[in-house]
Amino acid sequence: MEYFIQQLVNGLTLGSIYGMIAIGYTMVYGIIGMINFAHGDIFMLGGFAALIVFLILTGLFAGIPVVVALLIMLIVAMLMAGLWNWTIEKVAYRPLRGSFRLAPLITAIGMSIALSNFIQVTQGPRNKPIPPLVSSVYNVFGISISLKQIIIILITVVLLSVFWYIVHRTPLGRAQRATEQDRKMAALLGVDVDRTISVTFVMGAALAAVAGTMYLMYYGVVVFTDGFIPGVKAFTAAVLGGIGSLPGAVLGGLLIGLIESLWSAYFTIAYKDVATFSILAIVLIFKPSGILGRPEVEKV
Amino acid sequence: MSGQPLLKVQAVETFYGNIRALGGVDVEVNKGEIVSLIGANGAGKSTLMMTICGSPHARHGSVIFEGRDITQMPTHEIARLRIAQSPEGRRIFPRMTVYENLQMGAGLDNLKYFSEDVEKIFKLFPRLKERQAQRGGTLSGGEQQMLSIGRALMARPKLLLLDEPSLGLAPLIVKGIFEAIKKLNKEEGLTVFLVEQNAFAALKLSDRAYVMVNGKVTMSGSGKDLLANPEVRAAYLEGGRH
Repeated sequence: MEYFIQQLVNGLTLGSIYGMIAIGYTMVYGIIGMINFAHGDIFMLGGFAALIVFLILTGLFAGIPVVVALLIMLIVAMLMAGLWNWTIEKVAYRPLRGSFRLAPLITAIGMSIALSNFIQVTQGPRNKPIPPLVSSVYNVFGISISLKQIIIILITVVLLSVFWYIVHRTPLGRAQRATEQDRKMAALLGVDVDRTISVTFVMGAALAAVAGTMYLMYYGVVVFTDGFIPGVKAFTAAVLGGIGSLPGAVLGGLLIGLIESLWSAYFTIAYKDVATFSILAIVLIFKPSGILGRPEVEKV
Repeated sequence: MSGQPLLKVQAVETFYGNIRALGGVDVEVNKGEIVSLIGANGAGKSTLMMTICGSPHARHGSVIFEGRDITQMPTHEIARLRIAQSPEGRRIFPRMTVYENLQMGAGLDNLKYFSEDVEKIFKLFPRLKERQAQRGGTLSGGEQQMLSIGRALMARPKLLLLDEPSLGLAPLIVKGIFEAIKKLNKEEGLTVFLVEQNAFAALKLSDRAYVMVNGKVTMSGSGKDLLANPEVRAAYLEGGRH
């Protein structure tokens, strides 16, 4: 039983990270109907930005408190990733808006390769480790919960609440939802559609950067290929939860995290990704629009 | 700016791909007027409405609003000049509530006058008040029509473009809407440019009107004159009186 709960905690932590990345996929898909395959690399880029900030901070101020360091890492990573995604949207996707559907998709794949290669060239191809930032571990009824896990889950909850609030309660969020539902009508009401789409890319990237920073803190290492596997898994999470749905992305992320850690705990770890994707396939057979996705038909 | 029309459409040509939908249209709307545009299906009436809002832009000719050339201006900037439209197909945001749809209409002023204006809309269309928490996509056609007009009014427009406001509505409600338009025009000086299939009601309501055939304006005159015109009567009124 304790072992099971232990795995649940691990799965939730991992799932939080996937969920935060998945939101970026799902929001961009919702608003312009394309899969931003470079999003996984934005996550990786966020991890690298955090790493560099960490190195600079510890180099300049030896005894800097961990909380302060983490906070600065988070903020800089969010800004950097946001700036990158904003630029990518502007130079690579916007000119293709209105062309055939596959064009931005192919560009996104190209962008993903370009980003990971850029990091490989500028930061080197090897794993980049950092010393453990927070190492406290608490023992609760025989289950060990690390401070890292608590931080990750807490930050996820806080950020998702903020996000939910922005999307559902602010003029910006209304403009985003309006653009998602009827771009032409949104423009007729004075919504600057291009700007709204840009902001959506920035918001998604900021969350991915937080996930990247958390990932770096959790595993203590980041490498240029990190955009790929976690990226694909977060994308899977978005599809599993129902692409276009924000709660779906979070739910999908948590499920994938849980499946992964429970499978690794009870079955062969080598097959954990096979298990994850099999479950995705099975769910999609019975519910093609994902768990919380909406069916395409709508009364208009 | 006296003597100058509020909206002036000059020799406008609009294309969908290579297909010419508008073939040199001239229309003027003066401040405080109700002007209607009548014509058969596919004549290009809705295209003209959308061209005024820059979606799509006119390929040739110009659209002048308050003396300013807005022909190539982005749609959202045109909206910010207070040209509001209740477009063809109503285009309600289906997954937003009625209330949120109205909030979208008031986005230009950041909801500054929202609570005041929304009460007016609810008074005009009490049905919307009952349905305010419901999602737009679940409304009936008539309710969506009311919402679409209400949403356009929330923008406090200088020029209100109405595309088929009577479509899908019960005659009694149509009467109510037309009376409401008249009232807004009389009391608040609202300028209205509307497209109507219901030519009789439209001509009766309007100061002036244009008749459109195959992407061109073929006739224009006061509502009264056109009502009496035998050609108009034969094509758009006889047998179609509501």
